[in-house]
Amino acid sequence: MTSTDSAASVAEEPAWCRLSPLMLAVHPVQEVIRLLPVLVGVLFIGRNDNGPLWSLIGLGVAVGLGLVRWLTTTYRVTPDQVLVRRGLLRRQVLTVPRDRVRTVDLTSHILQRVLGLSRVVIGTGRSDRGDQGVTLDALSTAEASRLREELLHRGRPSVEAGSVLEGVPEAGGPVGGAPVAGVAEAGGSKKGAPTVGGSQSGVPGRGLSAAGAREAVRLDGDEVEVAALDPAWIRFGPFTLAGLATIGVLAGAMGQVFNETRLNPRDIGALRAVYDQLNAVAVPLAVLEVTLGAVALVALLSTIGYVLAFWNFRLTRHREGTLHVTRGLLTTRSTTIEHRRVAGVEISEPLLLRLVRGARLIAIATGLRVGRGAERGGSLLLPPSPVAEVQRVAGEVYGEPSVVTCALKPHGPAARRRRYTRALAAAALVTAAFLLLWRLAGWPAWTWEAALALFPIGLLLAADRYRSLGHNLLGGNLVVRQGSLVRRRHVLSTDGVIGLIVHESFFQRRAGVATFTATTAAGKQHYEAVDIEAGEAASLADATLPGLLTPFLEPRPPA
Amino acid sequence: MQDSGSAAPVAVLLRPPANLVSRKAIPFWTVRAGLGWVVVTALQIVWLVRDELNAAHVAGFVATAVLAAAHLTVMPRWRFRVHRWEATPEVVYTQSGWFNRERRIAPVSRIQTVDTQRGPLEQLFGLTNVTVTTASARGPVHIHGLESADAQRLVAELTANTQAVGGDAT
Repeated sequence: MTSTDSAASVAEEPAWCRLSPLMLAVHPVQEVIRLLPVLVGVLFIGRNDNGPLWSLIGLGVAVGLGLVRWLTTTYRVTPDQVLVRRGLLRRQVLTVPRDRVRTVDLTSHILQRVLGLSRVVIGTGRSDRGDQGVTLDALSTAEASRLREELLHRGRPSVEAGSVLEGVPEAGGPVGGAPVAGVAEAGGSKKGAPTVGGSQSGVPGRGLSAAGAREAVRLDGDEVEVAALDPAWIRFGPFTLAGLATIGVLAGAMGQVFNETRLNPRDIGALRAVYDQLNAVAVPLAVLEVTLGAVALVALLSTIGYVLAFWNFRLTRHREGTLHVTRGLLTTRSTTIEHRRVAGVEISEPLLLRLVRGARLIAIATGLRVGRGAERGGSLLLPPSPVAEVQRVAGEVYGEPSVVTCALKPHGPAARRRRYTRALAAAALVTAAFLLLWRLAGWPAWTWEAALALFPIGLLLAADRYRSLGHNLLGGNLVVRQGSLVRRRHVLSTDGVIGLIVHESFFQRRAGVATFTATTAAGKQHYEAVDIEAGEAASLADATLPGLLTPFLEPRPPA
Repeated sequence: MQDSGSAAPVAVLLRPPANLVSRKAIPFWTVRAGLGWVVVTALQIVWLVRDELNAAHVAGFVATAVLAAAHLTVMPRWRFRVHRWEATPEVVYTQSGWFNRERRIAPVSRIQTVDTQRGPLEQLFGLTNVTVTTASARGPVHIHGLESADAQRLVAELTANTQAVGGDAT
């Protein structure tokens, strides 16, 4: 980076920049929308207690805080660092070394889009959960994408680069793009190859698959399209259950409206008709009607949710070694991930999606927050879509298609027995509790009779949970799969593994099995193979950290 | 190249790490667990004071006494036999627990920090805990109940080894 340093000393210090002043317009409007029920109450119903007054004061405070935030938040990008100053009473300066920037995430909701604004979140390798990353809320969209280009495609400043960029020399070249830390990078050092950070292949040690390259569509000189939304995928929408959350939000909002406007839900004709009809028919029919209605509503809302979230979905690979995900109908989201930070991929198949041969693809990478769900955290690489498509994209992103679909070793009879024991024990416990309550506390008998259904359900679940279990290690790639309600297959490069845990509970020890966990700085931080045979855990550990464990291995005594 | 391990025909097992922790850890764990039982007993006394003595109280006291005696005699000795550690120039390897057993392995090249902690009770017994962290939130390796001098030596050794190799895989 010496060339960068010398260039930096020539260039003058870049100026501190402010957030876009337009954010001042967004913030109050958002608050007004949030307080809409209250305003309706005030304006049209003419209420005269203090509730609305407090709400209006809240609005004023929110607007004031927005103004303070705009006045106090400034940022600047130097050749080595990104600095963000913020806070009025408690001044804060966040400093992020530029070679630690792993992801850049741009989000614009509908209001921000109207005004041409984007919220920028810069992700680093930090893995503590509470970390919000560096957030700039909000910049003009042009400014935001310029910042992204500058931070992640630093080897080759983009054409539209403006004043902020001029301090960044081109001198770095593609190799200059590789940070100092990159030299010490696991991928490069372990494979014995020099780290070429910004190289086309992106992932050191794993070339892009030939098959993937053949299918890829070339967009322009810089970007190659890996996947794009096929409208036929919307058929998976009803199976995502995303609608359940929407119903919760809607119910909350309706409740607030009814509360603020002092309306009685029974006064509304349509609701009243439904209510009366349900009262008129027999109980089983009413239950059936409500169930069917709920299923239809969830399916409808889930489909709408799918379209809103994933319309225009596109996954592209940039020449500079980044992956780029854009999606969203109203709120647009655009996430850029450094390709060589992708330590692995996760293929996740929730039960309902699995029934219709659908799956989702999630990146296991540093700098992406996973704590609040893959979609919000930005690590989603492919929305619910056909399994074959997920496997193709997984192979192309990970660069090793064979391990995405390879056969897995089953975990053996002890693992199967433990699945059944757990399922039956749980069912027995619940049933026994209801039986006791029936005998002692006079609960109705149907409670424990209904609990009996847990036994067949538990058996099915146990069988499926055992079927899902599997692991393998092929050429430096660890593959583990588990789960029934959500079956997940994790493919992880052993270069990204930074520790191992072999856990044996008292009962596992008696059954001769152990839980093998590989820890990593990426994704969920740990990926595990449950209930594998103790000897298998040892050889898996040895293969994951080749050579390092030799002193600790001993031949197994014959059984 | 990494296939050699998984394809090895000889069945292998991980042996336990070589070094035991300090013998003083046994009284330390006993005292620490004893403090917990003191709290339980105190709660029972409060219950007794607010109420007449009856069979339930007696049963409670007897149960507490039996459980506490069993826990305080078995747990520290069992734990002492399980808690082990070993450091090579390449990895730190620990084993901990008693009822459940956990082995943790951290390659020295991935170590981020090496810390020592001594709580008030540990200072009394001349013991030190060593924590080795990696870039994973799930990765920390703890070695409890080391002789303070041993802990200092281990930290110095790990720090030196960590500087010799690079790369934290973030």
